[in-house]
Amino acid sequence: MKNNDSGRYYFRFSLGQRYLHGLVIITFLGLAATGMTLRFSERGWAKWLAEMTGGFGAVLSLHKLCAVLISAGFVYHIGDILYRAIIKKDRSLFWGPNSMTPQPKDAVDLYMMVRWFLWMGPQPEFDHFAYWEKFDYWAVFWGMAIIGISGYMMWFGPFFARLVPGYVLNIALLIHSEEALLAVWFIFIIHFFNSHLRPEKFPLDPVIFTGRLTGGEYQHERPLDYSRLDKSGALEMLRTDPPPRWLQNFSWLITVISVGIGFSLLVLTLIAFWTE
Amino acid sequence: MAHGSRRMASSGRMVSGFGRIACAIAVMLLSAVAMAQAAATKVQAASTKVLSDSDCLSCHNLKASAKLQARPVSVYVNAETFQPSIHAKLGCNSCHSDIHAFPHPDPVRPVSCAGCHSSQTAAFAGSVHAIAEREKKSRFPACLNCHGNPHGMRAKTDPKSRVYPLNLPRTCGTCHGNPEIAKKYGFPDVYALYMDSIHGFALTSDGLLVAATCASCHGAHDILSRKDPKSRTFRNNVPATCGGCHAGVQVDYLAGAHGTAMMAGRPNAPVCTNCHTAHQITQVNVVNWQLKTVATCGNCHKKRLYTYRDTFHGQVTELGFVATARCWSCHGSHLILRASNLNSKVAPANLPATCGKCHHGATASFVSYEPHPNPHDRRQNPALYYAALFMNLLLLGVFLFFGLHTAMWLARSLMDKGQGARRPPATSAKKDDGVKR
Repeated sequence: MKNNDSGRYYFRFSLGQRYLHGLVIITFLGLAATGMTLRFSERGWAKWLAEMTGGFGAVLSLHKLCAVLISAGFVYHIGDILYRAIIKKDRSLFWGPNSMTPQPKDAVDLYMMVRWFLWMGPQPEFDHFAYWEKFDYWAVFWGMAIIGISGYMMWFGPFFARLVPGYVLNIALLIHSEEALLAVWFIFIIHFFNSHLRPEKFPLDPVIFTGRLTGGEYQHERPLDYSRLDKSGALEMLRTDPPPRWLQNFSWLITVISVGIGFSLLVLTLIAFWTE
Repeated sequence: MAHGSRRMASSGRMVSGFGRIACAIAVMLLSAVAMAQAAATKVQAASTKVLSDSDCLSCHNLKASAKLQARPVSVYVNAETFQPSIHAKLGCNSCHSDIHAFPHPDPVRPVSCAGCHSSQTAAFAGSVHAIAEREKKSRFPACLNCHGNPHGMRAKTDPKSRVYPLNLPRTCGTCHGNPEIAKKYGFPDVYALYMDSIHGFALTSDGLLVAATCASCHGAHDILSRKDPKSRTFRNNVPATCGGCHAGVQVDYLAGAHGTAMMAGRPNAPVCTNCHTAHQITQVNVVNWQLKTVATCGNCHKKRLYTYRDTFHGQVTELGFVATARCWSCHGSHLILRASNLNSKVAPANLPATCGKCHHGATASFVSYEPHPNPHDRRQNPALYYAALFMNLLLLGVFLFFGLHTAMWLARSLMDKGQGARRPPATSAKKDDGVKR
């Protein structure tokens, strides 16, 4: 184990993962802004937003456009997983330290983490993905499936009504909007905090934008992953340059815009929800 | 006269020469007598003949006369406006019948319009305006308040008449558009509302004589309070009053649920004005009105409005756009029928057609969609009720767990930062990890 590895940079996220995250940021913000406008349509800000966007038709079109784009990302991701699993026969996707599947260690990590919160023990050592990152992943995964399916059902109502009774569309709207509230609040509170705003990372963790972090950070944050990669020699394959200046600035720009829009929507929807 | 005698002479050619002379003398004598008589008659007329209109105007047309101006009420008559007025051909005496000679009695007897217009004055006597007029104790006929100066009065079909349809609202507006008078007598200041209405617009911008003016709904002389059951604007009479022009709508309304309820004496049943308002009646394709009427229906159908707002239709409408279904898109506007009525637009058999107006390809299955869903009502739609329950518990669970997780993490991290103690996590973790497994 290299104990003084802070000067070197290693990739933690591939370019594909970063592009996918970028697509999700843009489309999620677009969907949240246009969707919450409809969900809280009685609010002045919603009417103002709808007016500024160019009317209800424009709001709905943007919502559908973002929906189609994020769906494309979803389909691409599924396709990518199937490709890696079937063609490349990469079984580590489904089980093991590099898998998104919750492992027994995740339950232990959560238990340890809570003990650490309460000064009852040390922080657990995390592997490639921490348990809260897996929750983020699955929350987005199932959220997209549920919101997506219910959304397309409403979009093509008369068609889906041939398969299911029309009152299912009532349920579709309810689930669509409740799950969306869950997603929006979760991302803008929990995900923002866990990944960017907690004191250790404040104000942002650029790793998802630059894809890279220093060896020291890697070792500190993901000790198990780091030491395994180091032992197998794979770490050297991940060696890279420090993030260029433009990429650092870009990370900041994306973060400021996303957090700005996210927090605005968070405050507006929370107030609207509690005074409903 | 000489000429006349010569003609008479020439007519008696058969008469002898003596006869001619005798005749001429006789004619001359007769002529003289006639002349004398005529002169005598003329002298008599100066004291007993009725004064002509020009005689009256020779004094009363002098606007600048100090004598006329000094009077408490103007007695000036403008000959220019009097001559073309409808009353000019009657002559002054027809109304001022107590004046025969000059100098005439002063003050003159007030003129009563009832002499000619008896049916109108009789109708007026029972109206709301007559009550106000009696309190005022004016010397002048109340008729003049609306019809204006009697000496310049025009036929109601004359565009210069104050009661010509295009001028009538302004005439009524002198009182009903005056906030002070409105406040004093406690009636609404309706002139501005009317002028902004579809009726007012048709009148002012299009100059339509068929546009409803004040009198079309309220009547002219026999205007009664809307609280009076005989009034045209009494609640139960409103459909008939509006139906005077909107006959087709009246038929639909009376056949619909609202009209039936009104006829059955239901006190809350709406009439035309409950939805359209009385004076500020808006064209139905105006967006603001279309949006506002959802709340108008909701005034009575509160629960239906509440459940409508939870749907996509309601949300789009709430945002201020009309490209979606509002109450009457499905229920109709005047011929609103209960769903149990087979002719109703929302009768189960007709729903595919009604929904299909927007949702092309709407089937019997599609229309089992509930346009007024209530997720709190387990009996109406149990699946929706349990879906809502599940989603609420899911949200509660997730945010309770992660809310607590985040709060504790924040607290711990802040304390660590405060102490500056960033301990490397790898030291004792492995040991603990092993113990737990």
